[in-house]
Amino acid sequence: MRIPDGLYFSREHEWVKVEGGLARVGITDYAQDELGDVVYVELPEPESAFQAGDTFGVVESVKAASDLYAPVSGKVVDVNGEVADDPGQINEDAYGSWLIVLEMSDSSELDELLSPADYEKWCAEEG
Amino acid sequence: MEQLQKTPLYPIYKQYGARVVDFAGWALPIQYEGIIPEHHAVREAAGLFDVSHMGEVEIKGRDSLSFLDYILTNQVSRLKNGQIQYAIMANQDGGTLDDVLVYRFSEHHYWVIVNAANRVKDINWMKQQTDRFDVQVRDISDQIAQLALQGPKAAEILKAAAGEAAEDIRFLRFVESLPINSISCLVSRTGYTGEDGFELYVQWDDAVQLWDFLMETGRKFGLKPAGLGCRDTLRFEACLPLYGNELDEDITPLEAGLGWTVKLEKPNFIGKAALKQQLRLGIRRKLAGFEMLERGIPRSGYEVRTGDRQIGRVTTGYFAPTLGRNLGLALLDAEHAQTGNTIDIMIRGKAVKAVIVQMPFYTKKYKK
Repeated sequence: MRIPDGLYFSREHEWVKVEGGLARVGITDYAQDELGDVVYVELPEPESAFQAGDTFGVVESVKAASDLYAPVSGKVVDVNGEVADDPGQINEDAYGSWLIVLEMSDSSELDELLSPADYEKWCAEEG
Repeated sequence: MEQLQKTPLYPIYKQYGARVVDFAGWALPIQYEGIIPEHHAVREAAGLFDVSHMGEVEIKGRDSLSFLDYILTNQVSRLKNGQIQYAIMANQDGGTLDDVLVYRFSEHHYWVIVNAANRVKDINWMKQQTDRFDVQVRDISDQIAQLALQGPKAAEILKAAAGEAAEDIRFLRFVESLPINSISCLVSRTGYTGEDGFELYVQWDDAVQLWDFLMETGRKFGLKPAGLGCRDTLRFEACLPLYGNELDEDITPLEAGLGWTVKLEKPNFIGKAALKQQLRLGIRRKLAGFEMLERGIPRSGYEVRTGDRQIGRVTTGYFAPTLGRNLGLALLDAEHAQTGNTIDIMIRGKAVKAVIVQMPFYTKKYKK
């Protein structure tokens, strides 16, 4: 299971890459492995706004649908249409397959997220 | 997983990388390598499933045949020795208690293969019906393990494992005792994937040895261990019903499109009056297959609508791995179940368009 440095992690298994005031969001390698083959992704419209913890989309494996939760609050400024068209990319490279980019409304919310080391512990507890 | 029942193959799941889940109180592998690669392996080569959780009920006695013809909707008296029949066990209302396979050894000796989740209920029900019959009902599930060898290469693999005799087993037939690497197996040409294949019944303690030998023999044919996840996607593409989804005590075989298993010309059987009446009044709900026209995967339990009106619910839905389409089965008000009719599937509160299509989605590849 890969947990790269330089990213923030949510307890719902999303990763966040901070780029200035923007947060690029995807699901973690642990999440894709738990899900199995991803066959469908539903992403929000650009310009939609979410509070931290809101459901912003859905990722579906063969067996089940799982909600995606906004790790921080903000407005969607970019959506990865390529992943929506070819969801299997998430299984091949979870950290390369970003889903949305949020313009953060309150970057202090990043403090609530987990470091790579803490996220690794979190996964171990869940497993 | 501690409190769950385990098949004799439980100890070997790990070495194949299985992900084990609770299935009807059993610890069973949902997948090994992954549902999609295993699904493709069964369609293109072969897969080996542990289905030892399935229940086996032995029926013996002078009145076995009349007993089975009384508790099942299909006509067991049409079977010859060594033949197998798919049948529905209905309640008095015509609802489905279980869908089963009947194996005829002789006029006075049968096996009924039942779903694991229904095993206790079925046995109790069967025993309650024995009053007027000279018959013994015995649950032998704990002695008998079952492996399913499925796929276009299954026959070649079985031949390599068991010799020429394997070739003579035709569809819905069985041989009582086929030695495979000196293990005595009951082998039938049956399955639940829409592919050619076999189901092998062995003594509980011989199961691991049989599994290992088949995996070893099958490797060069592309045989892979296959989990319950792909068993469900495979049976779904072939539109084979799953008890609990397409069938339950409130769904009759007529509604589920299994009218061919209901022999109303039989003198008397449980559910006959109710089923006859349903046929006379017209079947108001029907199982239909549909394909999504807009983006979205239908899932079991989703509501089906036309306009604002609920007309049924999804019983099973998937992204179908072989067909590459988002497909579903739904139990619908009959007037909406015609091919070509458009319906709305309610996915997370949103109406998503779908169209009724012909079943089965995938043409079965049985070797008859």
